[in-house]
Amino acid sequence: MDNVVSTKQEIKMKSVDLQVFYQDFQALHGIDMDIKANHVTALIGPSGCGKSTFLRTLNRLNELIEGTTIKGQVYLDDQAIYSKEMDVVGLRKRVGMVFQKPSVFPMSVYENVAYGPRIHGIKNRGQLDEIVEKSLRAANLWEEMGGRLHTPAARMSGGQQQRLVIARVLAVDPEVILMDEPASALDPISTSKLEELIAELKRAYTIVIVTHNMQQAARVSDYTGFFLNGQLIEFNRTKELFVNPANQQTEDYITGRFG
Amino acid sequence: MAGASGKDKLLTGIFWLAGIFIVLILAGIIGYVLFRGASSLSLDFILQPPSRAGRLGGISTTIVGTVYLTLLALLAAVPVGVGSAIYLEEYAHSRSRFAKLVNLTAETLAGIPSIVFGLFGFVFFVIFLGMGWSVLSGGLTMAIMILPTITRTAQEAILAVAGEYRENSLALGASRWQTVRRVILPSALPGIVTGIILSIGRAVGETAAIILTAGSSLGMPVSPMDPARTMSVHLYIMAMEGISTERAFGTACLIVVLIVIINYLANLSLSRLTKAMR
Amino acid sequence: MQPISKNLHRRGESWIEKGLAFCAALFVIVIAIITIFIFARGLPILLKVGVADFLFNTDWRPTSNSFGIGTMLVGSLVVTTASLLWAVPLGIMTAIFMAEVAPPRASRWLGALVELLAGIPSVVYGFVGLVLIVPFIRNYLGGNGLSVLAGAIILGIMILPTIINISRDAIRAVPKEYKEGSLALGATHYQSIRRVILPAARSGIITAVVLGMGRAIGETMAVVMVTGNSPIIPAGVLSPVRTMTSNIVLEMGYAAGDHQAALFATGVVLFVFIVILNLVVNMSLKAGAANGRR
Repeated sequence: MDNVVSTKQEIKMKSVDLQVFYQDFQALHGIDMDIKANHVTALIGPSGCGKSTFLRTLNRLNELIEGTTIKGQVYLDDQAIYSKEMDVVGLRKRVGMVFQKPSVFPMSVYENVAYGPRIHGIKNRGQLDEIVEKSLRAANLWEEMGGRLHTPAARMSGGQQQRLVIARVLAVDPEVILMDEPASALDPISTSKLEELIAELKRAYTIVIVTHNMQQAARVSDYTGFFLNGQLIEFNRTKELFVNPANQQTEDYITGRFG
Repeated sequence: MAGASGKDKLLTGIFWLAGIFIVLILAGIIGYVLFRGASSLSLDFILQPPSRAGRLGGISTTIVGTVYLTLLALLAAVPVGVGSAIYLEEYAHSRSRFAKLVNLTAETLAGIPSIVFGLFGFVFFVIFLGMGWSVLSGGLTMAIMILPTITRTAQEAILAVAGEYRENSLALGASRWQTVRRVILPSALPGIVTGIILSIGRAVGETAAIILTAGSSLGMPVSPMDPARTMSVHLYIMAMEGISTERAFGTACLIVVLIVIINYLANLSLSRLTKAMR
Repeated sequence: MQPISKNLHRRGESWIEKGLAFCAALFVIVIAIITIFIFARGLPILLKVGVADFLFNTDWRPTSNSFGIGTMLVGSLVVTTASLLWAVPLGIMTAIFMAEVAPPRASRWLGALVELLAGIPSVVYGFVGLVLIVPFIRNYLGGNGLSVLAGAIILGIMILPTIINISRDAIRAVPKEYKEGSLALGATHYQSIRRVILPAARSGIITAVVLGMGRAIGETMAVVMVTGNSPIIPAGVLSPVRTMTSNIVLEMGYAAGDHQAALFATGVVLFVFIVILNLVVNMSLKAGAANGRR
């Protein structure tokens, strides 16, 4: 996956006039966004602005909330994901997700990582071993945990658990990784390790990250979208958006005047 | 304000007395049965069949009857109970009419008195389906009676563990069933086991419904179509007909010991669930 | 609008969902069958005798075609009321003790013991009543001991767990702010309990009492063993009494024909009563602030 240079500017995912309703409440108003392959796209904005809702439309996970309806469309490589033909299980294999709170399954480190490949039908032990090692290495966890694969994952530190969750996502070989405030439960050292990891991962994956922390968005992302009240106020290259915001509300938010 | 604080002390004392009184009631009942019954308990009492309507011998056939009937009840109720818990928590929309209806029926079923279940089991299993007074009739009646307990405890256990695991597993591209089977059920298992253990307790103690469906034959039940007498039914008949106070105490003692053990195991399994969730 | 797809199956897994749904549907099917069979057996005679006559006529001579369960209805109500008289205050006090007074460890222990109290089978309660309480009443209070009083004591013990557990949960569910607000106004702990916490937990406590009552009305074995079972309206607490449930279990063994149908009709009465009680509790719970999922 190193010869991606030529496809750098390719659009991996794209939302078109996307609207989300929870019962009668409209959580997102017509969002149009292009997510570029092999880049990190950050979504920022105050709580309740719709950034997490948007993230969850990208792998159709918001459908778990009863009473959700969706208008508009999201494309993954030109394929409409909100269509009858879309295989939701297959979609989630291609679009992985890391949650706010690291939630390891009550199993060993090895079984956590092997969970995804197993459900997708890989039974061969050698092949599984290989995937587990590769995923743990890619998540910068092999050094620490390689010798303790069969200890319960719950015994790891919070930072290690979050990287294990990432390894678990990598193990199903996704194309896009969604991260919902992945550092919010971590200490500063674990956070910086995580940010390094994100920088490494974007070489092979497309990453969308929701964050509360504007410095983090500025540090890790290439593109940033600012959400407010369910609308995408501004979307631009990160450098541009932080240095020279086009919109007054964006400027107010990033300079800390509200939020 | 010395008066108020004196009054507060008095009230604290009264509330402590209420709590202590409950402990005394329980200790009194269990202690009395164990004290009077322990001397009748012996290996012979457990292993020998009763003779002369229970005046002599042990209670082996009633122990077998109890175990047999309980196993049949579990065999029928556990898959159905756990299955519907999975359906209600993982597949159905909790606001759907069907889910509401099932929850309401489960609650209603839990409130129906055992004598009514007995009447039903008698007219349905014994007469209508022609199973006669048998372990099968009793077991199936018992299965219906423990169904709400099994489902509710399984539902609670699933609810307690499932939230984050479910999201994470589905986000990895697992199907509903894969998520249930590989992540949710294993972590909810202690809670499910608690429900099963409590149901065993209920089955061991049930009397009214069993008399009307399994009969009260003292013979050794072999086929599921044989009639049987459980320990509880035996205790009832011995006590009511004044057959043998000593043996009634022995039977009561054994039942109480079983119930204490069952409650202990249920607590143990429940604490394992909370520990797993941490 | 895009409808939500619930299709999260792999191949061959949709039948699993159908199977699980069938398990859940069995609840509805079972209760339907129970209703149909109990009613089919009991309702005809109930209608033939007339509901009012059946319930309130005190003449129960099934062998000469006289089916009035009035005596047993009164018996059930008397024993149940008597048991509630002492078990409700004690139960609520214990619930307050566990939720507000006792140190957490003591409260947990007591909780486990109350569970055990709930787990002891009714036949064991009946047996203890027969060998302990009945002789005590006979020796110290008079009569032959098999009495309303013995039934009320044993039934009261049996419904204590229901009353304690549900009231305790209701008291614990009262938001902390209420109590803190009251304490901040200078009220003592017990003033806060009486004036703020108990009123706030009222609907839960009423539920506890109602469900306790349901349990007492439906209880069979313990009552049949200690109340003497004479089909007469009791003259006092030391008189024997026969309840509706006792009547069923005592006579089912030999009843046939209309007699048996009349026992089923008694079952219908119990069934309807309990179902209504449950529905009322359910609705009032839903009406009183929809907290929690169900």
